[in-house]
Amino acid sequence: MNIIVLVKQVPDTETKIKISGDKKSIEKTDVKWVINPYDEFAIEQALKTKEQLKAGSVTVVSMGPDRVVESLRTAIAMGADNAVHVKTDQPLDSYLVGKTLAEVVKKESGQLVFTGKQGIDDDQAATFGFVAEFLNWPSASMVVKCEIAADKITVQREVEGGTRFVLQMPAPAVIAVDKGINTPRYASLPGIMKAKKKEIKTYSMSDLGMASEAIKTVSADYALPPERQAGKKLSGDAASQAKELVRLLREEAKVI
Amino acid sequence: MIDFKLTEEQVALKETVRKFVQSEIIPNAHRFDATSEFPHEIIRKAWENGLMNPAVPEKIGGLGLGILEDVIMNEEMGAGCLGMTTSIAVNTLALYPILIGGTDEQIKHWITPFLNEPKLASFCLTEPGAGSDAGGLSLHAKDEGSHFILNGSKMWITNAGHAELFTVFATTNKELRSKGTVCLAVPAKTPGISLGKHEDKMGQRCSDTRAITFENVKIPKENMIGNIGDGFKIALKTLDKTRTPIAAGAVGAARAALEYSTKYSKERKQFNQSISNFQGIQFMLADMATKVEAGRLLCYQAAWALDSDQHKLGSYYASLAKRFSADMAMEVATDAVQIYGGYGYTKEYPVEKIMRDVKLVQIYEGTSQIQRVVIARHLLED
Repeated sequence: MNIIVLVKQVPDTETKIKISGDKKSIEKTDVKWVINPYDEFAIEQALKTKEQLKAGSVTVVSMGPDRVVESLRTAIAMGADNAVHVKTDQPLDSYLVGKTLAEVVKKESGQLVFTGKQGIDDDQAATFGFVAEFLNWPSASMVVKCEIAADKITVQREVEGGTRFVLQMPAPAVIAVDKGINTPRYASLPGIMKAKKKEIKTYSMSDLGMASEAIKTVSADYALPPERQAGKKLSGDAASQAKELVRLLREEAKVI
Repeated sequence: MIDFKLTEEQVALKETVRKFVQSEIIPNAHRFDATSEFPHEIIRKAWENGLMNPAVPEKIGGLGLGILEDVIMNEEMGAGCLGMTTSIAVNTLALYPILIGGTDEQIKHWITPFLNEPKLASFCLTEPGAGSDAGGLSLHAKDEGSHFILNGSKMWITNAGHAELFTVFATTNKELRSKGTVCLAVPAKTPGISLGKHEDKMGQRCSDTRAITFENVKIPKENMIGNIGDGFKIALKTLDKTRTPIAAGAVGAARAALEYSTKYSKERKQFNQSISNFQGIQFMLADMATKVEAGRLLCYQAAWALDSDQHKLGSYYASLAKRFSADMAMEVATDAVQIYGGYGYTKEYPVEKIMRDVKLVQIYEGTSQIQRVVIARHLLED
């Protein structure tokens, strides 16, 4: 089975995010770029699936400027067999990414797609759906368990409240995984040395027939969350403190 | 032009080791320090991810990494737990003598098993009466033609209780001093070898440290690495390669002490404000940071010289790096405890462990005083 993993490169979760002057993007200098953590689960799930099937290959695909190659090499160091870079410096949205990546899946004869349920940067949780739609494949997201037997895929989704919901679908399909599905392995040192020598396939947008495609949404405004207010210290005896606390919870915080 | 930029692979391996340290080493460091148990499981995982035996050449299936890579790895591991770092890294020390002095056949025979399984090896140089005077070995290797008979003992041998192979330095004739020394590959299970107890140490408590006694231990001549008279040279060449990574472990520990105390100084309030507002604390942090960076640069310089085969300069730089990094880590860890105040003196907080752990770096693999002797000898030679 040719398994494809769609990987997004995102700012490290510890990055101090700064908004650019025009408020339409974030400052990209000084950002440490990493593989989207949900996509790490997807890579691990793909590797596990290949190991379980004892056949097939895992191809990681990422879209963006030259720097995304680093993330592809990390994925190879984790154990992926091949990597594809869709090289573009243009602004992207979920539609364009989804449509382009669907083309890559076709070109690479993908038979199963894993990806993270969302990117931790924009949190749109949309790419998997676009890809599935453009491929006309079934899909499931927020997957915490995935079993593959012959042509049947059985997945469990986490539903709010902690219950699980089981879905079945035929392959090929797009599976968007959630935290908890597995523990991603490390990019091992032998893997890193191997990844250094691996050739990474590059497509341009026009190689994929996407030259005339454009984004359908633009990011209009970014704002940082409001700074946390300092806490309030109540004084007086226990009874008056309790009274004041209830009043504040009701009138200021409006939680009761 | 001077360039401190690491290659893409070096950055990647630093990243992997850092992740490994955060997920596997830091959460367990306190427990293993308290119990002084040997961290088998963590060592196995380190091996699985290629963190052990980095210097084994590619031609027999290793990674063939240089001293700089070893330095990068040890700094990261040292920032997690120096005891585990020592136990993970000591294979490199134990296998170098074979890589340096062994024939192709010996290298293949003795080293390959370490690539196939998470096996451990120990470097056996120090003796009860031969520490800084490492040339004054007493462990006797009696030459009996086809084999040697070993009698005597070794002291402070890291991982001895769990190792399958010992690289042993012995003397065929004590009168000849270093000219009588031999290096032997000795399987740990050889009859006549007995181990002392796991020493109850001040720091680096989870690394296994024991005495070894040799009583009529018969070792075939084909186990000899190099020739009679080569032992001491092989030991020194080995230590030239490992001294800098050891120094880097101390840099990592000092870096951790700095990071912990920087964070704590912002949280700890006295006189209605964070103690980080006080210049007294700020100056301490600034000095600690300067020392950590200086230690790292000395390590990088030594690694660069050793990796570019400037052996003589490399050996000198390695002594500078080890001398400075060990002493500075002790100073930085002491200051970290000071910034934490009374809390820092308790085991509830991580800095007292660092202070106990780094003390050993001033002692093992050449004390800070011996490093000064080496440095001075280089300065004064004609």
